Amino acid sequence: MIPELGLFALALALVVALAQSIVPMIGAARGDAALMEVGRSAAYVQAALIITAFLCLVQSYVVSDFSVAVVANNSHTLKPMLYKVSGTWGNHEGSMVLWVMILALYGLAVAAFGANLPPSFRARVIAVQGMVGAGFLAFILFTSNPFLRLNPAPAEGAGLNPLLQDPGLAFHPPFLYLGYVGFSIAFSFAIAALIEGRVDPAWARWVRPWTLAAWCALTVGIALGSWWAYYELGWGGFWFWDPVENASLMPWIVGTALLHSATVMEKRDALRSWTVLLAITAFAFALLGTFLVRSGVLTSVHSFAVDPARGVFILCLLIAVIGGGFTLYALRAPTLKGGGIFAPISREGALVLNNLFLVTLCAVVFLGTLYPLLLDAINGTKVSVGPPFFRLTFLPIAAPVLIAAAVGPMLAWKRGDLAGALARLKFAAAFALLIAGIAWAAEGGKPLALAGIAIAAWLVGGAVTDLADRILRGGDAWGRMRALPRSAWGTAMAHAGLGIVVAGITASSAWQAEAVRALRPGEAFDLSGYHFAFERVEEAHGPNYTATRGEFAVTRNGRAVARMEPEKRFYPAERQATTEAAIHTTWLADLYVTLGDKSVDGTWPVHAFHNPLVPWIWTGAIFTALGGVVSLTDRRHRVGAPKRSARAAARA
Amino acid sequence: MTRKQRRLSFLILGMAVLGGAAALTLNAFQDSLVFFYSPTEVATKSLPQGRAVRIGGLVEQGSIKRGAGEVSFRVTDTAKAVDVVYRGQLPDLFREGQGVVCEGVLGSDGTFRASEVLAKHDENYMPREVVDALKKSGRWQEGEKK
Repeated sequence: MIPELGLFALALALVVALAQSIVPMIGAARGDAALMEVGRSAAYVQAALIITAFLCLVQSYVVSDFSVAVVANNSHTLKPMLYKVSGTWGNHEGSMVLWVMILALYGLAVAAFGANLPPSFRARVIAVQGMVGAGFLAFILFTSNPFLRLNPAPAEGAGLNPLLQDPGLAFHPPFLYLGYVGFSIAFSFAIAALIEGRVDPAWARWVRPWTLAAWCALTVGIALGSWWAYYELGWGGFWFWDPVENASLMPWIVGTALLHSATVMEKRDALRSWTVLLAITAFAFALLGTFLVRSGVLTSVHSFAVDPARGVFILCLLIAVIGGGFTLYALRAPTLKGGGIFAPISREGALVLNNLFLVTLCAVVFLGTLYPLLLDAINGTKVSVGPPFFRLTFLPIAAPVLIAAAVGPMLAWKRGDLAGALARLKFAAAFALLIAGIAWAAEGGKPLALAGIAIAAWLVGGAVTDLADRILRGGDAWGRMRALPRSAWGTAMAHAGLGIVVAGITASSAWQAEAVRALRPGEAFDLSGYHFAFERVEEAHGPNYTATRGEFAVTRNGRAVARMEPEKRFYPAERQATTEAAIHTTWLADLYVTLGDKSVDGTWPVHAFHNPLVPWIWTGAIFTALGGVVSLTDRRHRVGAPKRSARAAARA
Repeated sequence: MTRKQRRLSFLILGMAVLGGAAALTLNAFQDSLVFFYSPTEVATKSLPQGRAVRIGGLVEQGSIKRGAGEVSFRVTDTAKAVDVVYRGQLPDLFREGQGVVCEGVLGSDGTFRASEVLAKHDENYMPREVVDALKKSGRWQEGEKK
């Protein structure tokens, strides 16, 4: 009964979403306040219905109702409760329900907190949000019904892929979707503005907090995914340039560009047309990501077994949403001209440079990700584009934008003083050289790695300099510090966090040391100054798995460092094995050990890594996201945008 | 600086960045594209020497041998098979009869030295290249799951 209720709620939500996409649009065109108000109510109702459907689905998982097909295929009675719940979105159907639920929640947020938006504009935003929602609800109902019943119901479920039974991955999809779907708000704002034919700094001020919130969630989501891949897949790496990873990186890059260009538009009323284009593009890449993951067109570690009808449906949605968006843009963009003038050397100029490089970066990732598909379509040649390609293209393009990121915030709006900014950054430059020197002394001279470390230190130094500069400019440092807008703190934190990420990526890629050994219990090996004694192998039991556990005593210069216990787990329900790496972190480096299957000669394959600074990648990413959150609490977002003049509002 | 001059300077900068990126991309494509071959193609075509390629197919039944720190197995498209040697941790979903993709270099003795072995998260999923390779050798029925 509960699953039918869920299905009914979803179907009802589709009808409501259709009403939400049409009625307020007509209301806005006619200036009819009552019709516009329908959109808000519809947004509330649609969100309530989808939340109901989602909870129904969660309930089916929690009580293990195997008469529901997705539960039978993805759950098991012995699974711990956390994974029963997270199993809800651990498969295609459930994750799409989560997707539309988050979309509806964003629509609800606009309806609830958009009181400072002009009524007609808000009505249009809600209508566009409704259209996207209707498309995806139809997708769920027609191709991926999560409440499909099985008759007869199996006695036991097939279980969830054990790799997904992990806290990191339980929360990875919700954050990722909060990010992906959050860009739908920027998209809806852009479409509504194009329909109204007016884009101004107030628009940028409205769009920015939504984009920032989505961007923070996406940052956390990507970091969680990469962290999971690092400790769960047992390869010792954190990023594989896998198509699905790239699919989440592309909207992040465009979203980052959008944040920066929206600032220019808000402060200086320049880059109008460009910012609107980025708002549409960011969501386009979010949808493309969904398409790549859900259609299985690309070979990826994330590919699910898929039904081709789904890929075609999403492709059609993608074309409708993106094609519609870009067509509208092409028609209306010429009317968006205007805005402030600035010299190339200025804060605006630096942000344009940032955008130029970020968009290029995104284009390169796009090309590398889709090239195999393109080539296969043209002449059937099968190729794969792997890490070497991205190392050769991504890094050289990313480096200048990272270097510029420390300089940009030091430049004044409109006309900046580059020499002055660089002079103020002399401490940051000295810091970068110092850190690079230390790295050189400690690890030796790989020029590229040293450059990466120097850039990381430069970013952190630059962020600190920027803050110090603003605070120590005159007397009363304490007062200045308190008066400093939160957005300045946020920028500095985000840039410094990026520096920490760069340090982590550089050090762990350049100076990773590994050992592959075949050992018998009682034997030992050395790696990067650590001594790993392989003591014994034991059988262990978990709630829904059995494990072979190796025990290692790790010492350094005779002193005990850690006991490490990598496992090879076997999940009988899913008939699948997983590798549980043992990780010991000192925050300056990770020791990472995995155990393989016993060989015929009685030895155990042991793979160990010493990964310098690798925890910094996730710490830095979280710090960056926190910077976004701090910026989000800036006073100017709380007091809201200045009201448009009464005349302008009347014209709408 | 007038609006026109400003626009021109940004246009030039933009072209420079895009041009640089295009050059980097083309250069990288030349060096780092990894081509895919089925076991039949490995047997019939000449593979680029010393260059990393991917091969894919099914892990032949009964062919997995775990030696000291090294695993060997055969990858087959049911028409032809290739011997593969791999040092390191095999993915958890690696098993006999399962579709795999291996990246590495073909030695002059005909043994493929894999640097990477990919199996998939989802046990019902078959890498697309493997499906095509099996189709070419005529052993793949549409709609067949495993």
